[in-house]
Amino acid sequence: MKTTVKKNKVSLIGVLLDGIVFKNPVLIQLLGMCPILATSTSLENAFGMGVAVTFVLFFSNIIISLLRKIIPEKIRIAAYIIIIAGFVSVIDMILKAYLPSLSSSLGVFIPLIVVNCIIFARAESFASKNGVIPSAVDGIACGIGFTIALSIVSAIREILGNGTILGFHIFGESFQPATMMLLPFGGFLTLGFVIALVQFVTDKIGKGGNK
Amino acid sequence: MGTIISICFAAILTENFVLSKFMGICAFLGVSKKTDTSIGMGMAVTFVMTISTLVTWLINRYILVPFDFVYLRTIVFILVIACLVQLIEMFLRKCVPSLYKALGIYLPLITTNCAVLGVTILMADSDYTNILYPVIYAFAAGLGFTLAIVLFSGIREKLKFCDIPKPFRGFPIALIAAALLAMAFSGFQGLNLPF
Repeated sequence: MKTTVKKNKVSLIGVLLDGIVFKNPVLIQLLGMCPILATSTSLENAFGMGVAVTFVLFFSNIIISLLRKIIPEKIRIAAYIIIIAGFVSVIDMILKAYLPSLSSSLGVFIPLIVVNCIIFARAESFASKNGVIPSAVDGIACGIGFTIALSIVSAIREILGNGTILGFHIFGESFQPATMMLLPFGGFLTLGFVIALVQFVTDKIGKGGNK
Repeated sequence: MGTIISICFAAILTENFVLSKFMGICAFLGVSKKTDTSIGMGMAVTFVMTISTLVTWLINRYILVPFDFVYLRTIVFILVIACLVQLIEMFLRKCVPSLYKALGIYLPLITTNCAVLGVTILMADSDYTNILYPVIYAFAAGLGFTLAIVLFSGIREKLKFCDIPKPFRGFPIALIAAALLAMAFSGFQGLNLPF
């Protein structure tokens, strides 16, 4: 974790790497589990959800960072909710208009981005303390981090559960897909194993660094 | 009566909010380390889900739909839920202090619980024309959430005494336990009710 802090100035590359790798909101900070489990049945859904979350994170971080000196401390959570809900409504309407099939397959999970803990966490811990440009970069970085985590889980589930990747069959005719992986069971199991792998790797790296 | 029973069965078992719809996972994983706290959380969620479904369903049907404001639904619903949670908290503190003591610390967390917003949106999208069914569905979904979180906290209390491989400790093993619980609940999918 190399966030270079020089006189309250945050290095943009550090912010970017933190969001995507070192402090990945899903795999390291363990936030925003609901959409990860619910929308990871196919890689296509995962990309759609990732783009929607990144969009909301980017704009809500910018607006919250711009308003950070105006919003009173006591009602900040309510103010964040309104700002986030506004952008969620925008992306909901855009998806309904231009990608109706994706919108219907994500269903209720698009409006549920409002209560996604990642967006709250970034608003509270980053955007409300930093300038506009670092906040925008942080929004993009965390969005990409979220999309990567979601794509890993959904790629595993799609390959094992359906034998396809982005709709293309990758195994021969004789492949028997394990439909179980597409059920809720598979979501919990895959995410559990992915996070265990991440913990294993970070543990190994941490030990290597200490020697 | 038959409809009510089948709604309850669906919301509690076959379409369990946590284990088959993936809503409220944060609370499910976060507040399930001890059985008594998870019972408190489950009760608070059931309470807020029922009341907020009642209010948002009425708002949706009699204000948003007639005046063509459906596109504002997400904003209106989340505001209503946030205000309701505050109101319920104040009301309980003033009038039912014993219940406030039991549920108090969980109430603020519930605003950002996706199960609450999820059930209000699902019910607003549904084609129930009678206010009774959405409210019963929300109440039963809350009971389903309570059932899942209490069962899960029992598993987690046992897990504390197990020798788990190091990378799996904490979150991953909890997710795998949840996977097994979800598999058990998916057995209810085949349930065919005679009404």
